Amino acid sequence: MIDLFLTVVWPGLKILLTILVVIVPVILGVAYMTLAERKVIAAAQFRHGPNVVGPFGVLQPWADALKLMFKEVILPAGANKIVFFLAPMLTFALAMLAWAVMPITENFAIADINLGLLYLFAISSLGVYGIIMSGWASNSKYPFLGALRSAAQMVSYEVSMGLIIITVVITVGAGGFNLGNIVEAQRGLWFAIPHFPMFVVFFISALAETNRAPFDLPEGESELVAGYFLEYSSMQFALFFLGEYANILLMSAMTVTLFLGGYLSPVDIWFLGDVWMQPIWFVLKTSFIAFVFLWVRATVPRYRYDQLMRLGWKVFLPLSLFWVVLTSGVIVGFGL
Amino acid sequence: MFALISSLRSLLLLELVRGMGLTLWSMFTGRRVTVNYPYEKGVLSPRFRGEHALRRYATGEERCIACKLCEAICPAQAITIEAEPRGDGSRRTTRYDIDMTKCIYCGYCQEACPVDAIVQGPNYEFSTETRAELYYDKDKLLDNGDRWEHLIAANIAQDAAYR
Repeated sequence: MIDLFLTVVWPGLKILLTILVVIVPVILGVAYMTLAERKVIAAAQFRHGPNVVGPFGVLQPWADALKLMFKEVILPAGANKIVFFLAPMLTFALAMLAWAVMPITENFAIADINLGLLYLFAISSLGVYGIIMSGWASNSKYPFLGALRSAAQMVSYEVSMGLIIITVVITVGAGGFNLGNIVEAQRGLWFAIPHFPMFVVFFISALAETNRAPFDLPEGESELVAGYFLEYSSMQFALFFLGEYANILLMSAMTVTLFLGGYLSPVDIWFLGDVWMQPIWFVLKTSFIAFVFLWVRATVPRYRYDQLMRLGWKVFLPLSLFWVVLTSGVIVGFGL
Repeated sequence: MFALISSLRSLLLLELVRGMGLTLWSMFTGRRVTVNYPYEKGVLSPRFRGEHALRRYATGEERCIACKLCEAICPAQAITIEAEPRGDGSRRTTRYDIDMTKCIYCGYCQEACPVDAIVQGPNYEFSTETRAELYYDKDKLLDNGDRWEHLIAANIAQDAAYR
């Protein structure tokens, strides 16, 4: 009995707790991201934003969640039932799954695997399946068009993202696919400084990857109503919504890990560089990048579809390819 | 040369950065143009055409003389009037209904009224939970008139110079 406890129950419980330690703050962050978005955009437009539910509207996400939970689940006529219900779950689950490899401190990540970066990239690429499935299963033209656009867009921008990831891996050198190693390699000099153009390109690609403004064509209210999640209601819709914001946070965390020194402190003085401060730095940096996501949305208008494709294939792809060659040239040439 | 400069400018995202700067500045000016609606309300013109009301004279006698001009002019045909002589021989309505779901709030009824009986008052918060509640009858309209008389009279007085 005690054997069973020590070999099965206790390790399982430990893993569960470790997961909760990461996932609960992520879900809370996602919930408050929705509020932050409304507040930031409101501020940029000289408005107040939600300010009725609780002080400064801080309870708004809970009110929204409650409202959505009590809505009716609607299954459109002719929809593929299984795929229709599976799609939002997949989107949300994938957005959560990717956090497994994120290094929160120098000795904590749920799974510190050697190909962490590849895993992250693979999971974020899989996100497109949720969208395609929802678009197809809805059996409705607008979701279908939205899903097609989204798929094309994500595929286009993943190419340059992949090249940028290669740049980072080359810079780190041996063990470069391990996220912990990537962060440790940035002690002293964050990659955002030598790779500044790639930092910007990566961020813009992240905007496209998460279907955010100015690349929110899949949602294009004016022509596609709401895009791929048009037919969804209730918690299904909430899952899509949360998945989208979780993806934003994930991309922010990825940007931070790859370019802004992850959990590292910007200055190593006093207690600021201590291990217990590292999650705080990680959260602060991620929140800042997430804020930039919202800030961009408040600023720029939507791209046209051909402009989006031109930017992805004719600007970002050559630029990031050139940077890979340049980086490897510099590293080999100077024997770094 | 020009092409080089323009492509460099777009590559450096100068315009984008300037636009981002503007929105960032807007966020921190603290300026807010929102009217916190249920708690704050916008200013209404004295000519505002809101919920209908039937007015009375100061004596308590109702103004409406059942001339049916409002019924005739109503483009949405939302008004229904029936009338017959009262005991004292004066002509009065026995029925005065407005279907508020048909009304387009054009204000023709109050323009047509020779005795300022039917008016559109300053109230715009009269939403209901059922459709039936929006079929206003004479009692409801007279009640509105009594309730809003002070504001309606003030608005008519303010606007009188232009009529």
